[in-house]
Amino acid sequence: MSNTEKIKKTPFYDKHVEAKGKIVEFAGFLMPIQYQGIVAEHLAVRKNIGLFDLSHMGEFEVTGNDALSFLEKVTTNNVAALKAGQIQYSCMPNQDGGIVDDLLVYKFEDKYWLIVNAANLEKDFNWLDSQKFGDVQLVDRSDQFGLLAIQGPNAQKLLEKLTDYNLEEMKYYTHATATIAGVEIFFSRTGYTGEDGFELYIQPEHANKLWDAINKVGNEMGIELIGLGARDSLRLEMKMALYGNDINDTTSPVEAGLSWIVNFDKDFIGAETIKKHKADKPSRRLVCLEIDGKAFPRPGYEIYDGERLLGKITSGTVSPSLEKPIALAYLPKGMTKSGTKVEVAIRKNRFEATVVKPPFYKNASHK
Amino acid sequence: MNIPEELKYTTEHEWVRIDGNVATIGVTDYAQAELSDITFFELPEIGRKVEQKEEIGVIETSKAVSEIYSPLTGTITEINTALDDEPETLNSDPYGAGWLVKIEISDKSELEQLLSADDYQEITE
Repeated sequence: MSNTEKIKKTPFYDKHVEAKGKIVEFAGFLMPIQYQGIVAEHLAVRKNIGLFDLSHMGEFEVTGNDALSFLEKVTTNNVAALKAGQIQYSCMPNQDGGIVDDLLVYKFEDKYWLIVNAANLEKDFNWLDSQKFGDVQLVDRSDQFGLLAIQGPNAQKLLEKLTDYNLEEMKYYTHATATIAGVEIFFSRTGYTGEDGFELYIQPEHANKLWDAINKVGNEMGIELIGLGARDSLRLEMKMALYGNDINDTTSPVEAGLSWIVNFDKDFIGAETIKKHKADKPSRRLVCLEIDGKAFPRPGYEIYDGERLLGKITSGTVSPSLEKPIALAYLPKGMTKSGTKVEVAIRKNRFEATVVKPPFYKNASHK
Repeated sequence: MNIPEELKYTTEHEWVRIDGNVATIGVTDYAQAELSDITFFELPEIGRKVEQKEEIGVIETSKAVSEIYSPLTGTITEINTALDDEPETLNSDPYGAGWLVKIEISDKSELEQLLSADDYQEITE
């Protein structure tokens, strides 16, 4: 993003300031990084319920007779398998098998929606636009929607107080339209926390009404406002990749442990490299590390086997749920099996770390 | 914001309490407000000789790592181990129970380089 571009505010910006959220610039938006504290916010989502403003995320609409074959070409997952109302996690690879972005694909009767990372919005749009063929229309609808996420084991209970829609029957990774707090809202049962939850796409003119309605019923249930800090620690405990940290233009989905979102039976951009990684086993893999002792792992810290430099941490935190340091890192072939011991270098000290199976947090409530 | 008149300060947002030859060091109220969700402290060993402005430890929070610098040349005589169990003490009582280290001062002339409460007030504005 160039410096001349104006920093954007989400439709909920004034609400964050009112709630004394600590505001930072993130991906060109003024966003709350925390309110009362990352650990308390994190635990509120694990145990009860939290409200996130994710309005910075991008929404692209894809229509046209060739929309399906276009998405099969530019994304790795099996788009044809999607029925209207369903959602899938996927990624867009580049020609070399690296990842342009990870995204959600929403299938409707007559169109698709792609939910992309805010930091990549412009790059993604240009990339998709450059790959278009035949009858495909691509429209950026990001400015037309704010996005609120309600996440936590009590998310359904909260939303039930605001809608007559049968949430009990709504499956994870599906979307619907319902009257919520008196407003027709398009929403999905999705999230980036591991917990059950919903994401509501809200037109800016309804933003205040929805925020107030959710907080009114939420306050009776002990809802907490959640900033980007806890969003990061929540996803990390689930080993959900963060673009820019754990995945980027040079990491393949196979290396990142995302083979499950790749349909190896189809042709797509970057397929040659990605299929080769699958067949030959990649030279490195993204692994979960649990670290011993008083360490706060941060991106860039080096990982060693004796004197041999193995790689660097891509994401790390002291897990609020597990109360121990956890991290993600790419480690070379032969060092990725669970139980493997390595060392993390932090300033002048070395801390022993163990490769563990994902996710770090195993009691999440998602359905 | 609380800036006690009787203490000395540094531009690194640390305070210094002088008691004879011993200086007690902590972080200011201004600094603690930026240090939410402290996970742990790395403090120097007792007996370590430290130089003025030398890094002697760190405070790790959920968001970032903050270095602790020695405001004076001297020898570490005590560290606040109680912070290990209750790091939030630094937030609730930064000028009291939230102190970090005590240093036996080697060169008292360095005290002149420390800031008064008024001077410190200015750099936080």
